[in-house]
Amino acid sequence: MRLSELPKGAPAVVDRVHDAHAADPIAQRLRDLGFVEGEPVRVVAIGPMGGDPVLIQIGYTRFALRRAEAARVSVRSEAAA
Amino acid sequence: MSASTLRIALVGNPNCGKTALFNQLTGGRQKVANYAGVTVERKEGRFTAPSGRVLQILDLPGTYSFEANSPDEQITRDVCAGNYPGEAAPDLIICVADATNLRLHLRFVLEVKRLGRPVVLALNMMDTARQRGIVIDVPELQRRLGLPVVETIAVRRGGAKALIERVDGEVPTAAPAQPDDAASRADLHAQVREILTATVTMPRTTAALDDALDRWALHPVFGLLILAVVMFLVFQAVYAAGKPMSDLIGGGFGWLGEHVAALMPAGPLQSLVTNGLFGGIGTVLGFLPVILVLFLFILTLEESGYLPRAAFLLDRLMLSVGLTGRSFIPLLSSFACAIPGIMGTRSIQDPRDRLATILIAPLMTCSARLPVYALLIGAFIPIRYVFGVFNLQGIVLFSLYLAGILGAMAVGWVMKHIRRDKSEHALLMELPSYRMPKLRDVAIGLYERGAIFLKRLTGVILGLTVLMWFISTFPSPPAGATGPAINYSFAGYLGRGLQYIFAPIGFNWQISLALIPAFAARETAVAALATVYLVGGEASGGLSHALAGQISLASALSLLVWFAYAPQCMSTLAVIRRETNSWRNVAISFGYMFGMAYAASFIVYQVTRMLT
Repeated sequence: MRLSELPKGAPAVVDRVHDAHAADPIAQRLRDLGFVEGEPVRVVAIGPMGGDPVLIQIGYTRFALRRAEAARVSVRSEAAA
Repeated sequence: MSASTLRIALVGNPNCGKTALFNQLTGGRQKVANYAGVTVERKEGRFTAPSGRVLQILDLPGTYSFEANSPDEQITRDVCAGNYPGEAAPDLIICVADATNLRLHLRFVLEVKRLGRPVVLALNMMDTARQRGIVIDVPELQRRLGLPVVETIAVRRGGAKALIERVDGEVPTAAPAQPDDAASRADLHAQVREILTATVTMPRTTAALDDALDRWALHPVFGLLILAVVMFLVFQAVYAAGKPMSDLIGGGFGWLGEHVAALMPAGPLQSLVTNGLFGGIGTVLGFLPVILVLFLFILTLEESGYLPRAAFLLDRLMLSVGLTGRSFIPLLSSFACAIPGIMGTRSIQDPRDRLATILIAPLMTCSARLPVYALLIGAFIPIRYVFGVFNLQGIVLFSLYLAGILGAMAVGWVMKHIRRDKSEHALLMELPSYRMPKLRDVAIGLYERGAIFLKRLTGVILGLTVLMWFISTFPSPPAGATGPAINYSFAGYLGRGLQYIFAPIGFNWQISLALIPAFAARETAVAALATVYLVGGEASGGLSHALAGQISLASALSLLVWFAYAPQCMSTLAVIRRETNSWRNVAISFGYMFGMAYAASFIVYQVTRMLT
């Protein structure tokens, strides 16, 4: 499942970040910000217009990501991990 | 390295408190706020440590990693690595980390350590960490990192004492430099996780207060409602609190001018003092309270951490007009002044988004427009209450702000559709914890803004006022002239020449003339009008009476709209040139705003004339 599809509040962990194209700077930045395998993530809030952007809690930090950015992160539900 | 001066660089993630720490260390007054990307340039300060050694400190823009994405992050990387032109590599790096957010910040600490330079880690915001029950085993952290670790509370007086002592002591030995490649970057996260497990215990991952507040502030319906109410209240308050104080100052100066004039012999000098100095300067000075009230709100909002929430709520909307949620903060600063707003766009990583933001930032109603708005609204809009609570004058002011915003959205939308690069650009924005605004920081901010305003007043505005007085007084009318003396002055000829351009939008020659000094500094328009009308002897009973008698409602509304869109001021255009390094962008910016202002004023003037 992609992070963009994760329902609000459902606990999950990061699987990996996918490059949308070769040498994708957005994917690299996501990894630098801590979107790496095994990190717990949660959708805290969704934007008022079209559900975009989404607010992601990862570690102790909250990041606002657009849907297209969140779609680069594949996650699995915590129960399955 | 000289024995007496130690060169220190402050680095860290965005919003970890580097600048607050810098101010603590150097006694500086750099701007601090609660969002990522406040510091966009390298700033330098120095102080003498207890040992007598001089410490030279560089405050660098925050960065998440050395894989730099934006211009300000590049500065940080280049300075630390010793690659910045004209800047030797620092003798010591103080890496600042937010103790409540170590998972994110420690990764960067490890990256800095790999540069192979001496590093001290400042664990900042220790007060907040303790409040939230976060326990950090500092000796163990120090052992595992292999770096000296010092606790700091940058927002509290004396909160950097331990850091000063540590920095003043022996320079720690550097870890060996390590290569930077993809494999080792991935490895950093594993190291961070290991260190955290061993040294930090956290009762919960977020602050309970943040969760509670965000439930409302980011709610799809209530969030937007709160944002609208906050913005509306700010502008109502500017009017309700600022305006009476302004009137008091303006009135006081008028009274003072009359008394000083009574002591002087009649003649040109007397007219300079009463009309030029007390009339012009007094009118502009009167707007100081209005500007301070506006800044009080902007600074408080900046400090509280609410602004990135607003950016979150508005991102989609901004995206639809070719901007990004990140544009919100520079644009909001532009309500104070477009210059810091345009400089603040450096925190937008993306060059395309950044340029779009720069081009529309001057459309946000800056505080220099307030004096002009206030004068015209005061003269032409009756004080009436709508629904018993909302002042009609306040509503008109709010509409002018709204006109700027809607205009900016339209321009953004057009730019989005004519530009070639339509690729995806990222948001990726950190939302900080909420924080109680610190009285001291807000007071410093207010003081700074007030000082800048007064400096402009005594420099640029005073100079232009005297110049305006000069050209409206000389040359004297020829013998046997009929009409008012000012008609024969330089100002009269110049104004009438300009009137050819501006007559279709309803400007008389006095207004056309006032547009020239307004190009240097908008608020000067008020002083210029005051000078022209006072010298012309048409302003008995104050400028606003004179205006109400001399120009029509249609011209007044047209002038208001002109000021909402017109390409001003000179300094803004200069900053656009500096920040984009291109005259072309200056020309685009000037051209589109002139066209837009002219068209909008033309419509408003002609329509109002038909209706009245």
